[in-house]
Amino acid sequence: MSVTLPQRPARQLRLGRSQRKAPVPAPRKWLTWRRWTPYLLILPAIVLELLIHVIPMVVGIWMSFVELTQFFIANWGEAPFAGLGNYRVALDFSGALGEQLLRSFGLTLGFTLLVVGISFAFGMSAALALQRFGRGRGLLRTLFLVPYALPAYAGIVTWKFVLQRDNGLLNELLTALHITGEPTFWLIGNNAFVSLVIVSVWQQWPFAFLMTMAGMQVIPEDVYEASAIDGAGTWQQIRYITLGMMRPMNATLLLLLFLWTFREFNTPFVLFGATPPESANLMTMHIYNSSFITWNFGLGSAMSVLLMLFLILVAGLWALWNRKVNRDA
Amino acid sequence: MREQTSFRVFRWLVLIPLGLFTVMPLYVMVTSALKPLRDVQGAFEWWPSNLTISPFVDIWSTVPLAQYFVNSLIVTTAATVFSVLIAVFASYALSRYTFRGGRLFSGVVLSTQMFPGVLFLLPLFLVFVNIDKSLGFTAVYQTRLGLIITYLTFTLPFSIWMLTSYFNGIPRDLDESARVDGASAIGALIRIVLPSARPGVIAVAVYAFMTAWGEILFASQLTDSASRTLSIGLQSYATETNVYWNQVMAAALVVSAPIVAGFLLLQRYLVAGLTAGAVK
Repeated sequence: MSVTLPQRPARQLRLGRSQRKAPVPAPRKWLTWRRWTPYLLILPAIVLELLIHVIPMVVGIWMSFVELTQFFIANWGEAPFAGLGNYRVALDFSGALGEQLLRSFGLTLGFTLLVVGISFAFGMSAALALQRFGRGRGLLRTLFLVPYALPAYAGIVTWKFVLQRDNGLLNELLTALHITGEPTFWLIGNNAFVSLVIVSVWQQWPFAFLMTMAGMQVIPEDVYEASAIDGAGTWQQIRYITLGMMRPMNATLLLLLFLWTFREFNTPFVLFGATPPESANLMTMHIYNSSFITWNFGLGSAMSVLLMLFLILVAGLWALWNRKVNRDA
Repeated sequence: MREQTSFRVFRWLVLIPLGLFTVMPLYVMVTSALKPLRDVQGAFEWWPSNLTISPFVDIWSTVPLAQYFVNSLIVTTAATVFSVLIAVFASYALSRYTFRGGRLFSGVVLSTQMFPGVLFLLPLFLVFVNIDKSLGFTAVYQTRLGLIITYLTFTLPFSIWMLTSYFNGIPRDLDESARVDGASAIGALIRIVLPSARPGVIAVAVYAFMTAWGEILFASQLTDSASRTLSIGLQSYATETNVYWNQVMAAALVVSAPIVAGFLLLQRYLVAGLTAGAVK
């Protein structure tokens, strides 16, 4: 596509000019190059978006309405129509599958709120602490960003080693500090949830740090100077100037963190393998397992669609709230 | 400006724990990669008592790491180049023209970024299986080509989004004056806009590369032993009887080093590019 594009403008431009010379006015404007340029530029992206996003999404929604079990995966034309059957199974909270989904949803919500809250607090505090820090600022900033640059599996697999019961660093540390006597299992039972939160925070907070730091840099220095002349202390400046002026950006950041954390897959998958302990069975993991272990793609798709609808709902409510706040302000 | 003492205390109360939290796993990764196997099987040693570099040698023979490396490199590079190339034209259109459907397109691009990957994995899996079945040979299911296509689902929207905001930051006068001088739209893009957007293009490419390099979800189902990438291949150091933790750490270090180095070198561009959209 990149080969044919550069040749076109010349030809089309000539066409445009010859029309302008024509004795009859009223050139046929819809034929001009200028009008079609953006469409030609964006055409490859549209074709690709259709192929990788729009069509799979339509297929995914179709899948959620058919009985797509293992017999039909390589033979999808013959899968019987299931109507709302898959949704009925997923949302029947008294049945086993529905109950699992509900529990996984609650777990994911708790996990997300914790990880987003802690990551945001960490990121904001670090950004505040490094503001006007002077020497060593660049070094610390770089250090804090390393977990973000690290490929997800490299960071998580290292944590998996840290969290090992017999040869991990965490238990060694806890025994050395006399916090616990017996070595603890960190990757099974309810402790798995704690581990999941810690590892996710370790990966997520640098992003919050990066964003809040960038947000602080756009606040003009003279606002602080003016407030200092008026007698404001550091904490007052942080509360009324820094946090006040960053509110719109923070609102966006929190939404992004929420949407990303809610669909977290890497951390449970690398920490626990394909079958995580129940306390770490996040939504995406749950859908993944229902699809690829039992090979029920219909049910898996129905749950994916429900997850998507929930995320749309969250984003929509956020947008409404955000508009109201901005109008009141 | 004077800072209150309580703030100075707060600063160190924040920086020291966060610094330790960040460094701790990195320290474990580096030191454990330099230990012989028996030293990573017992209680954790703070300082390696028997320094060795053999894990860095062994990682290549325990599992076909070089092959995983090549697969990752091919898939990631292809996805990056392809999405940046397409995104350059699309973002230029979105940034410099108002046209019917433009807003709709941006909306679709933005919204796909927030959807969970599993939503695309299931249909792509199904479509790939059935494409290969109707073709009669494996073309996309569990091949590198198939994986490249799925990686575009996240590298492309992100690249378009980030480049558009970057192009918006480049004054329109620049390319408009070139247009007045007779340059075509493509000419203005290639000769005027792209050179000034070079940091942005680099940032987008590096970021796309980083995300694709670390991708796990798609790779876990859409690769087989021949097309396996690093993200899944690294798990092969754990056998049923033994986990070669020193080799796992060495391999994690080796596959991360180029990415982290690239990120740190281009940090300035990346940070500017990543935050451009959010701050404005």
